[in-house]
Amino acid sequence: MLQIENLKVEIEGKEILKGISLSVKKGEIHAIMGPNGSGKSTLAMVLAGKDFGNITEGRITYMGRNLLEMAAEDRSKEGIFLGFQYPIEIPGVSMVNFMKTALNEHRKYRGEEPLSSSDFLKLMREKKELVKIESGLTNRSVNEGFSGGEKKRNEIFQMAMLEPKLAILDETDSGLDIDALKVVANGVNELKTSENATIVITHYQRLLDYIIPDVVHVLYDGKIVKTGGKELAIELEKKGYDWIKKDVDVVNYG
Amino acid sequence: MEKEQDKIINEVTSGEYKYGFYTDIDIDTIPKGLNEDVIKLISAKKQEPKWMLEFRLKAYKTWQSKKMPEWAHLTIPEINYQDIVYYAAPKQKARLNSLDEIDPELLDTFNKLGIPLEEQKRLTGVAVDAVMDSVSVKTTFKETLAEQGIIFCSFSEAVREHPDLVKKYMGTVVPYTDNYFAALNSAVFSDGSFCYIPKGVRCPMELSTYFRINAAHTGQFERTLIMAEDDSYVSYLEGCTAPRRDENQLHAAIVEIIAEKNAEVKYSTVQNWYPGDKKGKGGVYNFVTKRGICRGENSKISWTQVETGSAITWKYPSCILRGDNSSGEFYSVAVTNNHQQADTGTKMIHTGKNTKSIIVSKGISAGESQNSYRGLVKVLKNASNARNFSQCDSLLLGDKCGAHTFPSVEVDNQTGIVEHEATTSKIGEDQIFYCNQRGISTENAVGLIVNGYAKEVLNKLPMEFAVEAQKLLQISLEGSVG
Repeated sequence: MLQIENLKVEIEGKEILKGISLSVKKGEIHAIMGPNGSGKSTLAMVLAGKDFGNITEGRITYMGRNLLEMAAEDRSKEGIFLGFQYPIEIPGVSMVNFMKTALNEHRKYRGEEPLSSSDFLKLMREKKELVKIESGLTNRSVNEGFSGGEKKRNEIFQMAMLEPKLAILDETDSGLDIDALKVVANGVNELKTSENATIVITHYQRLLDYIIPDVVHVLYDGKIVKTGGKELAIELEKKGYDWIKKDVDVVNYG
Repeated sequence: MEKEQDKIINEVTSGEYKYGFYTDIDIDTIPKGLNEDVIKLISAKKQEPKWMLEFRLKAYKTWQSKKMPEWAHLTIPEINYQDIVYYAAPKQKARLNSLDEIDPELLDTFNKLGIPLEEQKRLTGVAVDAVMDSVSVKTTFKETLAEQGIIFCSFSEAVREHPDLVKKYMGTVVPYTDNYFAALNSAVFSDGSFCYIPKGVRCPMELSTYFRINAAHTGQFERTLIMAEDDSYVSYLEGCTAPRRDENQLHAAIVEIIAEKNAEVKYSTVQNWYPGDKKGKGGVYNFVTKRGICRGENSKISWTQVETGSAITWKYPSCILRGDNSSGEFYSVAVTNNHQQADTGTKMIHTGKNTKSIIVSKGISAGESQNSYRGLVKVLKNASNARNFSQCDSLLLGDKCGAHTFPSVEVDNQTGIVEHEATTSKIGEDQIFYCNQRGISTENAVGLIVNGYAKEVLNKLPMEFAVEAQKLLQISLEGSVG
């Protein structure tokens, strides 16, 4: 589904991603872990199509197409969803209006008629139940005045509405208490099928108690320095990132 | 980031003006130029009584003694008043079947503008007075309204048919001595609408006037007068468009509103005059004096405006709150793009006791445009317990445009409470990217964000108008963010 080959990205003259290669197949959950500043969010943003920095080398193939040539909105319509680390507020625009606009753009792209208001509201009710999001949230402006936890749950709700093929969740767990974390993880698990894939980006292992990854990657200093099964996450939690850093720094500068 | 900004600016171009067409129709016109003879000619063409001509001539003298106002934050090229045609009327073909028959060409024009003039085709809730250049082409539902004693007709007709009412109220809110453009209008005004709502009548439909400039080199100078007697209510809408032309055309109007005891008047404008092209060539100069007086107790006047058009806007719909417990409202969205300039706002003059006013102004600037809010809240000595709340927000798209606020507060009564809030924000790339990531194109994202920002004002518009206004906002800003 997704192939990243030797991806190098520079921001303001500084190399942030230093040759990332990664392959995600449908039905898989990948976890990308790493300390702050290792390039996790940059990777997520590049995949989603944010126009920043310079891609100096490498290629990304998504469903057989060159992803880097696709506009951000087309990537979305082709099934890529980014759960933002810091969801953006849009004052005055109701969640209902926002989601309806988004969903209908997706439908138009697939050559389908826009959903009627009643069908849309019905779908919204279903999805709200699925991800256990409070009813009131969708009557408010997009993320405006939402608590940290509400924002994150709102991301999962949007993901449920858009049914992506590839969901990238950027630190969706940060700032969540354990109950909220369970709600988010539960949403991700409910939406999981053998046809879609998820990349979970996280700093901590604890989310992976609830979302079981097939593959764990450790990103450090712009490179994937270790790849393994879910046990890698547990080892990481036990030994901390210093363990990885030491290993890598020895190889690099030893 | 620099590159991104350049891209944004460069793309502030593709916004298409939808109403730029011209109707090729025979017109009855007079030569360019302004002098007493021209004024006499206009008056004669309109078959006006003598008192009206005298009013015009006095106004003309006043205008000659006045100077163009220069205090606004606008760069206005010199206007050659001798190079303007002050009267142009579409020639109607011989009326064969009925008095009400209109030239199909004109019907067509208004159909194209989305204003069908056949009553059966109209949404039943709106009566229209359609004005092209210097004359009213047709007023719909006149008879239906007359059954309730409501007078809704063109200003020229009112002068002929209801001279006493016109004489009594015209110039009482905006006298011809008021300002340069008011004096000019009073001297040469052509047509406009006249509404009279009798005591105790709630007008059963929205009244509206659609102003269309069509002829070249022509100025439009219309007057509207709305008179609401005790315990009456009316909601009035105004729309305007003009053809796309390289020359600048002048539009200098006067609107006067009078609200008696317990009367309420809502006045909504969706102003979409041709704004000029992306380089700032052409476009309408919109220099308008709009003012209402809450004369009776508990009366209310509410101005709502969505300003997307005209090359230069100079406009301050205001309220004089004379009746005790009366209230005035001003809700405005002003959009400027490319090289447009707008200096708009309001004056709330509190003279009665317990009077209230609300000002909500939302400026949206894009391209290389300049957008200013100018407001005055004045509480006079005897106006005890006056209350005002003002909120002035500016939204910037790109970094070559300007947003300015000039709020002014004068309070001469210590019991008054005046509050002012102001914010300036930039439409965020982050907001747009967030929308993009959900599959929403940049154009639609800007539309969504801007409409969200302007929601408070758009909500004040009558339903059908609100939908139009939303679309208009989006079209006006098309291509303004890369």
